[in-house]
Amino acid sequence: MGTFQIDFSNSRKQRVVGIDLGTTNSLVAYMDVTAPKVIPGEDGEPLVPSVVSLTEAGEIIVGNPALQALITHPDRTIYSVKRLMGRGIDDVTEELKLFPFRVAGSGESVLKLSLGEKTFSPPEISAFILRQLKRNAEAALGEEVRQAVITVPAYFNDAQRQATKDAGRIAGLEVQRLVNEPTAAALAYGLDKRKDGVVAVYDFGGGTFDISILRLHEGIFEVLATGGDTHLGGDDIDNLLLKIALEDIESEWKQDLSGNGEAVQTLRRAVINAKHELSRLPAVTLVFDYAGKQYRRELTRPVFEKLILPIIERTLAPCRHCMNDAGLEPEKIDEVVLVGGSTRIPLVRASVERLFRAKPHTELNPDQVVALGAAVQAAILSGDVQDKLLLDVTPLSLGIEIMGGLVSRILHRNSTIPASATEVFTTAVEGQTNVLIHVLQGERELVKDCRSLARFDLKGIDPAPAGLARIEVRFLIDANGILNVSARDLRAGKEQSVEVKPSYGLTDDQVEAMILESIDKAQDDFQERQLREARVEADAILAAVEKARQNDAYFDLEESDRDLITRGLNELLVVYHGEDHLLVRAKIDQLNQATMKLAENMMNTAVNQALKGTKI
Amino acid sequence: MQAGQCWQCESPAENNLFCKFCNSLQRPLTDYYAFFGLEHKLNIDNEDLQRRFYQLSKLLHPDRYTRRAQRERDYSLEATAILNDGYRVLRDPVKRAEYILAEQGFEVGEQRAKDVPPELLEEVFELNMALEELVSGASSVRPQLEEARSRFRAMRREADERLGDLYKLWDASGERDSLVAVRGELNRRKYIENLITEVEKALSA
Repeated sequence: MGTFQIDFSNSRKQRVVGIDLGTTNSLVAYMDVTAPKVIPGEDGEPLVPSVVSLTEAGEIIVGNPALQALITHPDRTIYSVKRLMGRGIDDVTEELKLFPFRVAGSGESVLKLSLGEKTFSPPEISAFILRQLKRNAEAALGEEVRQAVITVPAYFNDAQRQATKDAGRIAGLEVQRLVNEPTAAALAYGLDKRKDGVVAVYDFGGGTFDISILRLHEGIFEVLATGGDTHLGGDDIDNLLLKIALEDIESEWKQDLSGNGEAVQTLRRAVINAKHELSRLPAVTLVFDYAGKQYRRELTRPVFEKLILPIIERTLAPCRHCMNDAGLEPEKIDEVVLVGGSTRIPLVRASVERLFRAKPHTELNPDQVVALGAAVQAAILSGDVQDKLLLDVTPLSLGIEIMGGLVSRILHRNSTIPASATEVFTTAVEGQTNVLIHVLQGERELVKDCRSLARFDLKGIDPAPAGLARIEVRFLIDANGILNVSARDLRAGKEQSVEVKPSYGLTDDQVEAMILESIDKAQDDFQERQLREARVEADAILAAVEKARQNDAYFDLEESDRDLITRGLNELLVVYHGEDHLLVRAKIDQLNQATMKLAENMMNTAVNQALKGTKI
Repeated sequence: MQAGQCWQCESPAENNLFCKFCNSLQRPLTDYYAFFGLEHKLNIDNEDLQRRFYQLSKLLHPDRYTRRAQRERDYSLEATAILNDGYRVLRDPVKRAEYILAEQGFEVGEQRAKDVPPELLEEVFELNMALEELVSGASSVRPQLEEARSRFRAMRREADERLGDLYKLWDASGERDSLVAVRGELNRRKYIENLITEVEKALSA
């Protein structure tokens, strides 16, 4: 019915949300007045499982519903896609043995995964998760969300970071900053308020392990060193237990289930539950029902710990390296922070405590702390938080290929970013008009042992005798940890064009194409949401008018006014089930107009009655 | 916009980080010493340097410029890269000296294996034998290598002390001769450093 509306939308500035795009779970948080808060999903759960499924009707589902589909439709569902971000076909062979990823087509630099009858690149799959988080945030905040801070493992290389940024763009998000997960966790803990000191963040998640050591000083979070393993996490524990259970079942039932997707996923779920329960119970029984048969096995904590010890030990070597890089002995570490679901395992906590000789912080939920920190960083970028500043580092050394398949290092790992290095290149033969530069990341001396990052082609050099050209190339790692290259021809004194061929990952054109496609889909999403909202509003006004028609005031109206109302009602009902939300809104407005006089009369009647009942 | 002018308000800029008139960020200086507001000295107070680094970070970091004009965002990225690169160089006595040497027109290149300091010749010969023995599985040379490591470390300490004295000399006189001596000592130190790295690699393998 006729009401007044005040539009606040113009007075708000663009909000930036913080997103933890995890291997197992993802979540979105925002900065409330004073503290960061996690935004729950449609089902009220703060964690959105990083699982994406394509229904038989061709609809993409994300999160808990997709987790169900993992068991019913394993061939149409993907999990742990973060493990494939920024990677090539040749380096996922190991992964493919353990995960039911279905690689569609090879030979391209970009991996494509099949999901039912469709294929997607890992950034597109991640974009589905991001889009769901974006929707959750929009529903909770009641406004469009376009800007985000996304976290990445500190040890992610250039290609993995670029892939994450691409995923954000495909999902319709402007990625304001990529923040390293352990650094975000340190921000969330706000340890800077207590005192200056040195903090170690041990981040053991679903698929990745990171260690970072920071110095805190007057609101500055300065990362001194970082290390890790981008392929080490709770997934590895799950796979180990799964493998043992499958072998056990095979010897008991004389049946190999490892090729049966549904059975494997059901067993995997049982194994994960057992792992979770062993963090609080001394023993559990693993139960697996399949095809009328039942497999039971008792698992005690000591046995479990013996099994996983090698995995946990793999996290300790990077910790020691990291302390060495920071030039610190364990006794110089004032505080230790635990992040990631795998740090709930008592053996992990004990190992960390022994290594750093400090009782670790566990006050904040290890699943949420990274997203909370991302929200703090988002508030730093929007200017809402001004007393904190993150100074992060690049986790891997940057080098260029020189003669003999060797790498010449130009920027060392643990350099504070943004960081830059300048090199001058020349030509080897007379008349040469282009120079190819091969850039690599890694700590090894041979090209074949480092990670190829990209090839940069310096084109359009003026022909001259060999060695005369002088092309100055500037390698700049930005605050996201992503490499930018620019070049100048020193003799001609002009900018030199650089053509980039990324070794792994999508080209700009490919990302653009995916964005275009996703905008169409986002448009559909948007339309549908608008339609739903319009119908809710229509329901409200229909109910209100129906009720008002019982009121005396309705019968006091002129007949022409009553006709107007009846017509408005009928026309709204006609468009209600259509697809056009704008039409529904127009008819709501029309009905509002038609009932204006009725509303006025009802108001007057109410006032008069109230006055009658009052003694003056 | 002309050189020496603020890009924003065209007031005269005097090589400051920010325009004195409109407070917008200017194209940064590329000289590390000038950037940190320090005199070109070889000896530096590292605590003072760290204080300046934190202060400048707060003023210049890209996180502080996300809502500003593209020009200022570019300058902020540029300035912070110079700040970080400069901090890495200036806080390290060896890199700092190499920076001054390059600035003063000295060639600062890779230390070549051939340039063995004469007084170390015999020592290096024995070391190479021991390293080869260790590679071929003779762990009996371990104590010898460990001993060599501590001897080289002591030599590095001595070199650092001599460098400190030479730094003082140049800071006081500004004479080119004292820089020649600095370069000689730096080359020797680098050679010792390489030896230590090699021994450490062999011992940890």
